[in-house]
Amino acid sequence: MLEKEKQFLTGHEIVIKACLDAEADVMYGYPITPTCEILSGWSNIGKQYLQTEDEIAAGFAVCGAVLAGKKAFTASAGPGHILLQDAFSMAEAMRLPFVMVIGQRGGPSSGTVIYSQQEVTLACYGGNGEGYRLVYSPSNAKELYELTRQAFNDAWHYRFPAVLLTDGYLLKTKSVFNLAEITKMVNIPAHALVPEDKVVHWPNIYTLEEELNEEINETKKDFSAISEEISKAESYKTDGIEYLVIAHGIVGAVAKMAVDELREKNIKVGLFRPITLRPFSKKQLDDLFVKNNIKNVVVVESSFGQLARIVRDELAPEIDATFTYIQKPGLGIEVEEIVEFMKKLKI
Amino acid sequence: MAENLAKFCAGCGYPITLMMLNKTLEKLDLQKRAVLGLDIGCALLAWNFLPINTFQTHHGRVAPTMMGFKRARNNSICFALVGDGGAYAIGLQSLIHAAKRDEPITVIVANNTVYGMTGGQTAPTTLCGQVTPTSPKGNIEEPFHGPEMLKGVIKDGAFLARTAVNEPKQLQEFLQKAIETQQAGHFSLVEVLSFCPTNWKTNGVDTINKLNGLKDIFELGIL
Ligand SMILES: Cc1ncc(C[n+]2csc(CCOP(=O)(O)OP(=O)(O)O)c2C)c(N)n1
Ligand code: SF4
Ligand SMILES: [Mg+2]
Repeated sequence: MLEKEKQFLTGHEIVIKACLDAEADVMYGYPITPTCEILSGWSNIGKQYLQTEDEIAAGFAVCGAVLAGKKAFTASAGPGHILLQDAFSMAEAMRLPFVMVIGQRGGPSSGTVIYSQQEVTLACYGGNGEGYRLVYSPSNAKELYELTRQAFNDAWHYRFPAVLLTDGYLLKTKSVFNLAEITKMVNIPAHALVPEDKVVHWPNIYTLEEELNEEINETKKDFSAISEEISKAESYKTDGIEYLVIAHGIVGAVAKMAVDELREKNIKVGLFRPITLRPFSKKQLDDLFVKNNIKNVVVVESSFGQLARIVRDELAPEIDATFTYIQKPGLGIEVEEIVEFMKKLKI
Repeated sequence: MAENLAKFCAGCGYPITLMMLNKTLEKLDLQKRAVLGLDIGCALLAWNFLPINTFQTHHGRVAPTMMGFKRARNNSICFALVGDGGAYAIGLQSLIHAAKRDEPITVIVANNTVYGMTGGQTAPTTLCGQVTPTSPKGNIEEPFHGPEMLKGVIKDGAFLARTAVNEPKQLQEFLQKAIETQQAGHFSLVEVLSFCPTNWKTNGVDTINKLNGLKDIFELGIL
């Protein structure tokens, strides 16, 4: 697909390229805006795929494929994301390396079709479990590629299901994609979870409460053990700050520009941008409060507090910070809005 | 032959179907390649019953899971064991499309005319007039005939049949035909009329009589 190092690609094309480079074998999907082009794009490159009767079938077919040892994925959004949580919860229980690309759109219900940041809670904690899944939130085209690759690698290495949580703005935007700038990555190979040379008997429902409890404790232990290693966040211009902006995804990219502007005006503000929402870079965030005398935290997001809830929950309880919010469910957020908000906060 | 002690109720039909499946696989020397996916329903009790690869899935979702498995591993022989509720209610959409696409998997439906696992509630296969916890005055609807309905969507070469747990010869014959159909690359479904004395609240003789009575409503044979 890519011969030259630099190409002008949509987010969809970048995701497809990343899945190919991750050596994904098969995609199951059902069309929904803003991820239709991932399904149609993948259907046109000669790889195995199927447009299923719904997202439920797509999700369970992904489960079946990974059980047999193939790298499989799906892509969806909004109402389709809700249906996928059925299979995704099986993947969480059985520790299946299920990868899904979610292009967030407005909600609840059918909402709007291109952009929002309202699928954070669903991606992180959807299902009837404890949220032991990996959730990546890219802020630009480069991260879209790298984190898609990372999602496959981490899912197969650590055996947790993974969500590449993006949105229609990033997926539909064409931008210069420079392969030379991409961090080189070695693929973690797939392996058959139901082997061909020995017999497994694999339950997913338990008779005894203690058995289930033990299983969840094991999962929690494994998740905690990898959390520090695979959680990722960007701390930007955070030396000597009095104000901390927290934002993720493309709002994180916007907030970065706002921080640059505010710094020029000598406002001591920095950015904390979680790149993984699950696991969350808790220590990196806590450390910012230890090293700085932060007066105010401003969480900026296109939702009424789905990111803010995670941040407040993860922040060490002894850290006493004042929180303020810019929350615009379903709407994009501009640099100027953040700049003006911060200027007022300072007065 | 059975790997572990059954946890099915005494007199349940499931173990008969499972033993027959195992016997057929042994006969065809296919145990090593067999993969048994279980729906949630009393089928789930079979998770460690046979000496073949087995895993549990979700209620109504075993067919698409086994489709994904089969497409990923062509040489496997994939079975989806599912109750009448899992097959014809919550999982019907996926079942119809698996049949329509001619997915080379074998679906085995245990038809006991009720939701066995959850206490005998009304299923799509419940007879008209049959009393269940959710049809206390008797079911007002006619039962659903799964294989007959699928007949309208399958492709040439697919195999649809119905038998009963007290028809061992036919059960084995149909299971073998279903496997051969899968090996030839086509969809197969065998519905097995199955005992559920626990929810039918029947003793030995009545259980058999009830099952035999079902054969008048659900015709046995190849469709
Ligand atoms: C999504 C979902 N809904 C409901 C249930 C509860 N449930 C478990 S088994 C079952 C019915 C099983 O009936 P059937 O499929 O006929 O299988 P049987 O137990 O009779 O063999 C139901 C409703 C569930 N596990 N999952
Ligand atoms: S409830 Fe019915 S179907 Fe379930 S194990 Fe008991 S007898 Fe068998
Ligand atoms: Mg039943």
